[in-house]
Amino acid sequence: MNITLKIWRQKNKDDKGGFVKYQLDNVSTEMTFLEMLDYLNEKLVHEDNDEPVAFDSDCREGICGACGLYINGRPNGPQEGVTTCQLTMSAFKDGDTITVEPWRSKSFPVMKDLVVDRTAFDKLIEAGGYISVNTGAAPEANSIPVPKKNADRAFDAGICIGCGTCVASCKNASAMLFVSAKISQLALLPQGKVEAKERARNLVKTMDELGFGNCSNTGACEAECPKDIKLTNIARLNREYYKAY
Amino acid sequence: MNKVIASSISKKFVMALAGLFLLTFLPVHLGINFLLLNPDPEPFNEAAEFMATFPVIKIVEIILMLAILIHIIYGIVLQIQNWLARPRRYSSGSKSKTSFFSKFMIWTGGTIFIFLVIHFLNFYFIKLGLVDGIPVEGEAEDFYSVAYQLFKKPVYNIIYWVCFAGLGLHLFHAFSSAFQTLGLNHRIWTPVINFLAFVYAIIIPLGFMSIPLIIWLFK
Repeated sequence: MNITLKIWRQKNKDDKGGFVKYQLDNVSTEMTFLEMLDYLNEKLVHEDNDEPVAFDSDCREGICGACGLYINGRPNGPQEGVTTCQLTMSAFKDGDTITVEPWRSKSFPVMKDLVVDRTAFDKLIEAGGYISVNTGAAPEANSIPVPKKNADRAFDAGICIGCGTCVASCKNASAMLFVSAKISQLALLPQGKVEAKERARNLVKTMDELGFGNCSNTGACEAECPKDIKLTNIARLNREYYKAY
Repeated sequence: MNKVIASSISKKFVMALAGLFLLTFLPVHLGINFLLLNPDPEPFNEAAEFMATFPVIKIVEIILMLAILIHIIYGIVLQIQNWLARPRRYSSGSKSKTSFFSKFMIWTGGTIFIFLVIHFLNFYFIKLGLVDGIPVEGEAEDFYSVAYQLFKKPVYNIIYWVCFAGLGLHLFHAFSSAFQTLGLNHRIWTPVINFLAFVYAIIIPLGFMSIPLIIWLFK
């Protein structure tokens, strides 16, 4: 199929940037979206002598959270429950115009083209996305009982890959779903309970300082999250925060 | 301590509490408004008099005014922060599935605020003696007649309906959102609350809107 791409191009952090249109022919529906961008870049480099489009990717199997593009008005494009690397070109039709933008958030500045700086998420993890344990021999796992329900809920939150889709989709560029996933993952388990109060206080404080917006319970994050992290986690984050004072 | 008061979640917590408190007031006010449909002005004027003079109500009134004020101030502060969090918008817009009316809370809230200004000028400030121009009939001030004069004006009615439509749209999101902010999200109870919120957001504004319509058309 033949498609038209409208891609955000920006030379560096300080460049104003703008959209550039590309015509791309003979795109296979079996390509992933990133393979299609690779294909475009080969054409740009080898045929047009142009600068390739910069975008992030690493594992390309939906685990690492490095990719992530805003495609036709939705983060990770029109397919449900996928990261951008898992999106396939079968989601598009011949003759389609596809608009590709980087994540937009004050806390995720655009570095080049479609690449954003997500250091803000690292800072959140540093602020409370961890537990402190003594090093040494691993203790007997069954000596601390964990109810199955809690283990499952912690796991469902723990599968967050920190891709930033929640921030990208939120009308307020809020990081509440990401923070709530970290809070839930740890607060539901005995090992995480020890530092629960400190964690809730530090994470919310850091989240506010980093300039993320406030949650208005709109639900776009839940609808778009490729890992299906639920809004119930945000309610838990709120509860954990109240308990911390 | 400063950090707690200033944090995003604390502001939302206070907003949610203030909002829920305001929700309890609306049915009371609506109940009194329905007395306007009584051909006898006495019950309505007595109710208005009672609301203005009964000591317990006076205390509730102060809390109510504070709740309105805090809800508005925090609402504006949070909204400005939200706008600043995304300095550059997406040119392809947003096609994500969301709680639709949550996107317009500042605007539907603004509509309610405009109504409050008009309403206070017409009724509440008169009651406080800040604004003149109230006919006195017998013992009590005749708010019944004031309401009838206003509701006979089509322009006032249209403004009234638009504002209450704004209230309805605000409530569609507000009621259930407040519970989520308070950390109350439950497998069984959240759908029940969402249903009640939906019913409340339709019935209360429609109740308010029906009164001027009936007076305008039939009285």
